[in-house]
Amino acid sequence: MKNSSIYKFSTLFKTQYANMLEYRAEIALWAISGVIPFFMLNIWTNNGLNESINISNVMLSRYFLSAFFVRQFSVVWVVFTFEEDALLGRVSPYIIQPLHPFIRYFAQHIAEQITRFPFALFIAIFFFIFNPQSLWIPSFLTIIISLVSIFFSFLIQFLMQSIIASFCFWTEKASSIEKLLFIPTLFLSGLLAPVSSFPPYVKSWIYLTPFPYLIDFPASILSGNQANITEGIFIQFLWIILFFTIFKKSWKAGTKKFTAMGL
Amino acid sequence: MRKNIIEVKDITKSFTISAKTPGIKGTLRHFFNRKTIEKKVVKNINFEINEGEIVGFLGANGAGKTTILKILCGLLYPSNGYISVAGSRPFERETSFLKKITLIMGQKQQLIWDIPPIDSFYLNASIYGIEKNEAIKRIKDLSEMLEIDSELYLPVRKLSLGQRMKAELLAALIHKPSILFLDEPTLGLDINAQANLRKFLQIYNKQTGATILLTSHYMKDITYLCKRVICIHEGYITYDGKLEKLLTKLSPNKDVSIICKSIKDIENLKKLNLEIKNINDNQITFTVNKLDFKNTLKEILNKFDIEDLHINEPPIDEVIGKILINKK
Repeated sequence: MKNSSIYKFSTLFKTQYANMLEYRAEIALWAISGVIPFFMLNIWTNNGLNESINISNVMLSRYFLSAFFVRQFSVVWVVFTFEEDALLGRVSPYIIQPLHPFIRYFAQHIAEQITRFPFALFIAIFFFIFNPQSLWIPSFLTIIISLVSIFFSFLIQFLMQSIIASFCFWTEKASSIEKLLFIPTLFLSGLLAPVSSFPPYVKSWIYLTPFPYLIDFPASILSGNQANITEGIFIQFLWIILFFTIFKKSWKAGTKKFTAMGL
Repeated sequence: MRKNIIEVKDITKSFTISAKTPGIKGTLRHFFNRKTIEKKVVKNINFEINEGEIVGFLGANGAGKTTILKILCGLLYPSNGYISVAGSRPFERETSFLKKITLIMGQKQQLIWDIPPIDSFYLNASIYGIEKNEAIKRIKDLSEMLEIDSELYLPVRKLSLGQRMKAELLAALIHKPSILFLDEPTLGLDINAQANLRKFLQIYNKQTGATILLTSHYMKDITYLCKRVICIHEGYITYDGKLEKLLTKLSPNKDVSIICKSIKDIENLKKLNLEIKNINDNQITFTVNKLDFKNTLKEILNKFDIEDLHINEPPIDEVIGKILINKK
């Protein structure tokens, strides 16, 4: 049973990885398109904004490089793929296979992250060539904790989008709901600015949402900026449990509504 | 005695559909005050299917055939009624049930477009819990039956429609399903590819004893594979029984043309109380009921010295077409 599950998932990853490698040029472009944190770093340092929040230039550049990495390995597009598959009738064969369709999409994302990794590393090397003072090597433990946190960030986003994707069973254009999340994700996640730079009253409610745990928290751990690791990981875990429960319910209700369109 | 593998009792299925009138007025009304209607697509249908049977579903577009297949394979929840497929309720989608069935849709694919089919086969094998060595054996056996080989190593997008359909079949059958749901499996295929596919399905049914449920607008698929047909019209079952009986019901007569050696024979034939259509010199054409056909012909051959004989039946497409056009 255990061996069969390992074989199942390893074959799934291998197949999706082979599929992703067919799109290597596209993935390189996606990796390059994720350089928003570098633009933000430029804006922050050139205007001396970092002084107002007591973060040195070096720590800020490490934060934005880490944010770039976190973004690279937590980007999710499942709602768009699922919506297209549902509209074109591709979801139907997946639904009647003994594998939850979202495990396929999950494997697709992981395969894409692995494909993306060398490109992200290449961009990071370039960054250090131009910013040698920012070069740092995190400890092994920091890397492990950061990886866990990045993976949790990916899981939160994957589950959030999966919940929205399951709305495809009610409305054909569920991706438009996802667009509502784009603005808070952009501004509250720490992609444009570290959450520590936000005014205290904003910070007091921002931490009640999942957004700071998507970029800011893992990027702060990786860059060595201040972060409450135990509390942060625990809260990430709680968001995962909550979203997983909601997803399971919305999927179950949705499949009852399924009309198997497109075939 | 073969046991029922599919039981359907009083199944109905309704969909909520939003209707829109044309023009800008209709568009605005549709935006602000959307009207929905409930459409009953399947209406209180009942049938049972035995293990190993091949059953064809006949009906016009929109009659409800595909919806019935979707309900049977567990894609759709029925609105009402009882349904049992291989001892399970399909819409619960238990793993044991899903491992017993497969759904093949013409022009729809489950193969991954950019990589060779062989990768999708191994993926499907792993999903169904088939060990690698067993998967290799099954792929070999099925590819021999389907006569595909080198195509398995080319990206799916590079394959012809016929090759792709064969690969789709292989992917759908790798777990040796005991129930096959086929929705227009030969759609878009050329005549040779259609014939090969039919032949393959017949062999698969004989070798594995699998039950096959099929919808197709190509009558050749139905006549070649199905002894039993279920006719659907506007969500109702209008006929469930042997194809041969249906054909007799829809087209009860045959036309027989006989060329006699002498005019005298023609005169004697007239006395036989036949439904004569026309007489031309020493050729007589008459209509005879299929039930009396054997006896009538026997009598003629015994009593008369005939030169030639032709039996004409309306083409099967034309006969079945009556179901679709006249909504019988």
